Amino acid sequence: MTATAERAGGVLERYEAVIGIEIHCQLRTVSKMFCACSTQYDGAAPNTHCCPTCLGLPGALPVINRAAVEHVIATGLAIGASIPARTQWERKNYFYPDLPKGYQISQYAIPLAANGRLAIETSAGLFTVDITRAHLEEDTAKLAHGDVVPGSTAGRTTLVDFNRSGAPLMEIVTEPCIRTAEQARRYAEELQLVLRAIGVSDADMERGQMRVEANVSLRVRGTQPFGTRVEVKNMNSFRSVERAIAFEIERQAAALDAGEPLWMETRGWDDGRQATYHMRSKETSEDYRYFPEPDLPPLRVDEAWIEAVRAGLPELPAARRERYVAAGITPYDAAVIVADPGMTGAFEAISAAAASLPAKEIANFVSGMHARAAKSAGINDRGTAGASDPASIAVLLSAIADGSIGRPIGRDLLDRHLADGTPAADLLATVASTISDDAALLGHIDAVIAANPKAVADHRAGKPVAGFFVGQVMRATGGAADAAKVTALVRQRLDAEG
Amino acid sequence: MADLQGLTQLFAHEMAARLRSGETTAREIAEAHLARAHATDHGLHAWLTIDDERALAEADAADATLAGARAEGPDALAALHPLHGMPVALKDLVSVKGGQCTAGSRILEGYRAPYDAHITERLRAVGVVILGKTNMDEFAMGSSCEHSAFGPTANPWDLERVPGGSSGGSAASVAAFQTPLSIGTDTGGSIRQPAALCGIVGMKPTYGRVSRYGIVAFASSLDQIGPFARDVRDAAALLHAVSGRDERDSTSAPEPVAEDLVNLPASDDEAASWLRGKRFGVPREYFVEGMEPGVAAAIRTAVADLERAGATVEEVSLPHTDYGLASYYIVAPAEASANLARYDGVRFGHAVTDGADYLADYLVTRGSGFGPEVKRRVMLGTYALSAGYYDAFYLKALKVRTLIKRDFDVLFDAGFDALVGPTSPDVAFRFGAKLADPVKMYLSDACTLPVNMAGLPGISIPCGLSEGLPVGLQLIGPAWSEGVLMRAARAYEGVTASADWRRVRPHDLAKLAGAGLPTPAERIASR
Ligand SMILES: [Zn+2]
Repeated sequence: MTATAERAGGVLERYEAVIGIEIHCQLRTVSKMFCACSTQYDGAAPNTHCCPTCLGLPGALPVINRAAVEHVIATGLAIGASIPARTQWERKNYFYPDLPKGYQISQYAIPLAANGRLAIETSAGLFTVDITRAHLEEDTAKLAHGDVVPGSTAGRTTLVDFNRSGAPLMEIVTEPCIRTAEQARRYAEELQLVLRAIGVSDADMERGQMRVEANVSLRVRGTQPFGTRVEVKNMNSFRSVERAIAFEIERQAAALDAGEPLWMETRGWDDGRQATYHMRSKETSEDYRYFPEPDLPPLRVDEAWIEAVRAGLPELPAARRERYVAAGITPYDAAVIVADPGMTGAFEAISAAAASLPAKEIANFVSGMHARAAKSAGINDRGTAGASDPASIAVLLSAIADGSIGRPIGRDLLDRHLADGTPAADLLATVASTISDDAALLGHIDAVIAANPKAVADHRAGKPVAGFFVGQVMRATGGAADAAKVTALVRQRLDAEG
Repeated sequence: MADLQGLTQLFAHEMAARLRSGETTAREIAEAHLARAHATDHGLHAWLTIDDERALAEADAADATLAGARAEGPDALAALHPLHGMPVALKDLVSVKGGQCTAGSRILEGYRAPYDAHITERLRAVGVVILGKTNMDEFAMGSSCEHSAFGPTANPWDLERVPGGSSGGSAASVAAFQTPLSIGTDTGGSIRQPAALCGIVGMKPTYGRVSRYGIVAFASSLDQIGPFARDVRDAAALLHAVSGRDERDSTSAPEPVAEDLVNLPASDDEAASWLRGKRFGVPREYFVEGMEPGVAAAIRTAVADLERAGATVEEVSLPHTDYGLASYYIVAPAEASANLARYDGVRFGHAVTDGADYLADYLVTRGSGFGPEVKRRVMLGTYALSAGYYDAFYLKALKVRTLIKRDFDVLFDAGFDALVGPTSPDVAFRFGAKLADPVKMYLSDACTLPVNMAGLPGISIPCGLSEGLPVGLQLIGPAWSEGVLMRAARAYEGVTASADWRRVRPHDLAKLAGAGLPTPAERIASR
């Protein structure tokens, strides 16, 4: 826990924090929300991915992107929300240069998903976040402030890039039910997992694909009325979400303790200074003059459509963790694996290739050796690192698990497979094929006994030489023999000798 | 008439026959109309752009297609659209790639549309030749064309009078024989009222019949695109050309286009015979207080004509008509206040950037770019949508809208084929007559805007004169009944084919060709 968070913990004995989270996610679609323009504008030259509709030209009209609608329905189903049979679009009116039409097409009265929830694991145990709504809207253009246009006599100029204008955006709003900064961070993390698992958003915070805003207020413990609400923005990582909220709790508590007034305001998080700062006042609430979008008829969402989306939903992170734990993985490992799509993919691929392999064995490999390999060599389309393949990994892990090869040599073979993809069969052929076959092991043991009469004599004299023989056998088999089995067989043989 | 001869006096279907028989070419037709438009528009000001080069290129292309079809055989020739090679004028809110599109506003000055509207594509696809763009009330807000930022358009029947609006330029250009066909838009009467005031045919189709893609929006839930022509057959053919589902307009309907739009009877008797056994309702609420007696008389005569031809006519009631105006002036400005938010000077058009910040730039740009009527409606709409007023105004207006729609449903469910009444309570009024009193101007649309609120099709056709000026008869049908309305309108043409008033041409046509005529703006200024 950071120092700030610790102090906030102290503050939380006197005050209760009331936190609501709003998250905007860019949806993963081929085209924009209301036009055919591509959403693959990352890195493209400004204003190269636009058309009359997303430029707000006179006469242009919107057409609903069905895939974006399905993404919100999928999200709604994933968070247990209800999907209305009929939804509609509204215009949210305000003037800003990044909003070409002077209004944003959004959903106001009837969101595509309402009344959902998401359970999260926190240091204080399980917590369920109530989600008010998830709705669909369009993104704004991007402004570049303060640039000087070459050749322009104007000093400061603002440039507008409409590539992002009209990209599909999902807004997910929670109830003011969150009480700690940790809960807020964990909620954001879990939501990201869900969105990625169902494939609706890449939800990368640093790339602005997932934008988290928090409404934070404090009230004296045991009292009902909400305190003065402050909106916190510009948090570009999960860590900054937690720190910004913790900072804000502490800041507000200090003000309340000192009897200073708090204002309705929007504050930004400064990662460098590790502090929030005043952006603008929210004393006067803006009137967006919402009204039904006359260019788009209401959207009917019939049961069949919802069921089709539901049928396409993959296993959700919570269910997956539960399944992993049931298979014998520790809750911690299950959380680690499920939190990482690479690990999850590798785990699933290897499990599929070796049904009888203990899950724990795969989990250890996936979160250890394999994770390191994947970090440097990436994940291939079979779901495992570099040139490796799930089948070979399964064979090698099985050989280790059933004792056919020793753990050290097994790790060595896995390393070699991860490095260059040499098939498991070829790797196993390089080590003694004896492995755990009694007859073959006894051959090695007898040879070692025959070659070491002095040691046999020592044994007869009661000296502890079994370890010596086991070592010799292991060396003779290139380490591939099951050491426990070798030990047992050596004892058996020596006793027979003696 | 000395000033009116040759091709320009013909209906499009007459020119089309000559084009196919090889008597003329699309180029000759385009040249004749371009020449007449240039020669007669100074005193009329129906056009904001006339694009000779583009029009002639399109005409040449139409001639080439025709030659190809002729070479291919009768089937290929028959497959060409009836309007192939015919000229059309577009209201200056229809996007034509590379061309200006002002919507009658200063704020769009200099803007060139980088894409074609759906109907522009459709017209091109059937070989229609676009001559240019016509004048209109700014952002289609107005009923007189006096709210154009580029000066008003005059009425060819009397150059001292308005052509109606907002599609005033489209209506006046057809009435002045500068083009046989034009396109307008109708949000509260903006096609039907100018058609009535200019003595021509104009239809607002069912909401969703024609794609709004590429049409500068005024009020999205009310706007529809429709045809102007000098007779019903031409209007029907033009509607046929632009109708149909467009994936880019989510409110455009997958309703099939009525193919009989291009097969209306040529014979007046045959057309008139359709009326036998048909049932029409005459809404008593449409004979509004303050209606011009001559207009009421012309409508009564028209109703009698329909009865004489074998139709049953009954007086009916649309009880919520009185609330139409008030609710329309909530809904339309509310939508407009959002639709017009994009005119901020950031990306195109008029921009003033000497403000201290964005907000200041917006204020100066919009303050200097919009005219007074647009500002009035943007403020009205902004107010109606504001927190604390939304329920009392916008939501209430939507409820009234439902009641207005139900009024019509009740009658059509009861078996009426169409409703018949006046298009406008008065004939073309003098410049300035209603400018000082917005509500008086709004009342011009009292009989047309309920039709927009209900999303229904309506057509205005000439039905006589009141004190020498044209009166429009409005026919309103159930949704998707354009085919029936066109048949009914064509039948009325048949019934009244020999009426004296049909032979009267706009009184000031001769003046228009004369030299030294002042523009309408100059004429008003010199008063
Ligand atoms: Zn676009």
